[in-house]
Amino acid sequence: MPADHTEELGPQARATQAVLASVERRPGAAKPDPILIADNVKRQFGGLVAVDVEHVQIQRGSITALIGPNGAGKTTFFNLLTGFDAPNTGAWTFNTRQVAGTAPFKLARMGMVRTFQLTKALSRMTVMDNMLLGAKGQIGERFLSSFIAPLWKGQESTNRARAEALLARFNLAEKAGDFAGSLSGGQRKLLEMARALMSGPELVMLDEPMAGVNPALTQSLLQHIKAIREEGTTVLFVEHDMDMVHDISDWVIVMAQGQIIAEGPPDSVMKDQGVIDAYLGAHHDKQLTSTGEALTESPGGSA
Amino acid sequence: MDWAFVFSQTLTQALGITAIIYCLAAIGLNLQFGYTGLLNFGVVAFVASGAYAIGVIVLTFELSLWLAIPVAMGVAVLLSLLLGIPTLRLRADYLAIVTIAASELLRLTVRTVLPDYLGGTQGLNGKIGQQFHDLNPLPADFESLPVLTWTRQDLWVVIVGWGLIALFSVLMLLLVRSPWGRVVKGIREDEDAVISLGKNTFAYKMQSLVVGGIIMAFGGILWAVAKQSVQPDTFVPDFTFFVYTILLLGGAARILGPIAGTIIFWFLLAGIGEFLGQAIQAGWIDFLKPTDVGAIRFILMGLGLMMLMIFRPQGIFGDKKELALDAR
Ligand SMILES: Nc1ncnc2c1ncn2[C@@H]1O[C@H](COP(=O)(O)OP(=O)(O)OP(=O)(O)O)[C@@H](O)[C@H]1O
Ligand SMILES: [Mg+2]
Repeated sequence: MPADHTEELGPQARATQAVLASVERRPGAAKPDPILIADNVKRQFGGLVAVDVEHVQIQRGSITALIGPNGAGKTTFFNLLTGFDAPNTGAWTFNTRQVAGTAPFKLARMGMVRTFQLTKALSRMTVMDNMLLGAKGQIGERFLSSFIAPLWKGQESTNRARAEALLARFNLAEKAGDFAGSLSGGQRKLLEMARALMSGPELVMLDEPMAGVNPALTQSLLQHIKAIREEGTTVLFVEHDMDMVHDISDWVIVMAQGQIIAEGPPDSVMKDQGVIDAYLGAHHDKQLTSTGEALTESPGGSA
Repeated sequence: MDWAFVFSQTLTQALGITAIIYCLAAIGLNLQFGYTGLLNFGVVAFVASGAYAIGVIVLTFELSLWLAIPVAMGVAVLLSLLLGIPTLRLRADYLAIVTIAASELLRLTVRTVLPDYLGGTQGLNGKIGQQFHDLNPLPADFESLPVLTWTRQDLWVVIVGWGLIALFSVLMLLLVRSPWGRVVKGIREDEDAVISLGKNTFAYKMQSLVVGGIIMAFGGILWAVAKQSVQPDTFVPDFTFFVYTILLLGGAARILGPIAGTIIFWFLLAGIGEFLGQAIQAGWIDFLKPTDVGAIRFILMGLGLMMLMIFRPQGIFGDKKELALDAR
């Protein structure tokens, strides 16, 4: 499959894949230009160790997939990195800056923006208002300036134009005036992703962005994700659909039972016996076997 | 049965001083609860702090009313910070618990602590609003408007009171239509989503609590000035729940919601009372005594509210479509 796509790779994609080709294919491998480095991040819920990541680095400008069976700790790891949950131990840097313990809104302002697995559309607000909320540094969001519309009207219309362009990309242009609560589940996913992009993040972390989005739209979304990477955004995403992971990611990190068990380019990771066992050994999931080529070739699974 | 009298009394109360005080409190609550989603169950504490600040400055310390007003606003700010700082970082229900407890705590405290300053159970009574009433521009021989039977002094309070309501409603309109308003509405819908977009939601919730609290304190200021008396046992939790009733009746997160809610609430409450009183006097109803009217009108009012919530849950001005979104 990757062969069919080589001709559509942009310069950023080519460069990143070339650089990553020389990176070791093992958990915790060092990357040439990491945007995020995490060390000893551990989170326990009672007796359960949900996340226990010894070391991980995310290459700047890459599209990195974080995969793993249900309950592997992917969402919890996202929550920790973005400050929505506090780890028992651990430290991590974003752009070489120590950010463990930083408030989540500050991390978002620094350019680390995430979406949620359980979509958080702001129901009783219009789709457009949802989008506008994503814009950074708004003068009208300060209490006193909010009373004086001339101070922020200009900025507002610039933001509005940006939002319209993004909504058009995500097939939501006609919905701009509707309440976000009236959108379908898949449309909400799209809105949340578009909203996250409103701030022009440096690193966007998407928790299952394609869950519930129809296949035709998934294809165009994949193009958008590739496009934002070409614009310089780093993408880290959680996804269960192996075809999609295979299609767009430069690098895949596999989690199981809280730990990172494998890392590498999609092809090599999906052939990794440890990965196949982690997926198929514990939970035999039909969807996984029927989609990932590498997995179907595996010796019958062990379920 | 004197229908004209019933009507005039009802309307006078529906637009009168008590209604105005409730309306100001409801405008403050509309910002906190309606737009920001903060469950403040201590509305009465903010009103009481405004009223007490005025009473203490003017009567106990014998200072100017014009100094007392900014002090009252300051006390409301302080109360908001005191309640907000420990609770606004926690889940929404904590604010509710803390505020309702604080409002009772405050009442019981002013009742017993420092009686030389706060007046104990009797409260503070005297010419609290004199400086305000001295400014009354109405002619000295003013009798009364037709139908609306306020005294000269009350009419002056009513004029200023509705002026304040208009002023705060306009400020609120500017606020909620701005990007600031968009952030607080976002917080009401889903705080985590707003945090993930880089907004300091704690600061916004605090601002909303403070601004709403100041508007509520103006209800208390007007109370002290108009009634020339501040008594602890008038500031009971019932007040808070009537303010919620008014807001839900008119429609939360609507600029005109508090105004419509107040007028309807007091028109019905006063109307039922006046009607029952007259009906008993005229001998139409013989199973009730005049002293029962006070309780009966609340019973009927409660029934009416239940009907409203069943048939028009979004309130008078609310949008049914919007309410339906919650269920998804
Ligand atoms: N708040 C919590 N309290 C207790 N246990 C939790 C909590 N959040 C997560 N867990 C547990 O931590 C583990 C990891 O959960 P997490 O949501 O991170 O998995 P995931 O990899 O995102 O799975 P999925 O692919 O199903 O979304 C699970 O066993 C889950 O039960
Ligand atoms: Mg998850």
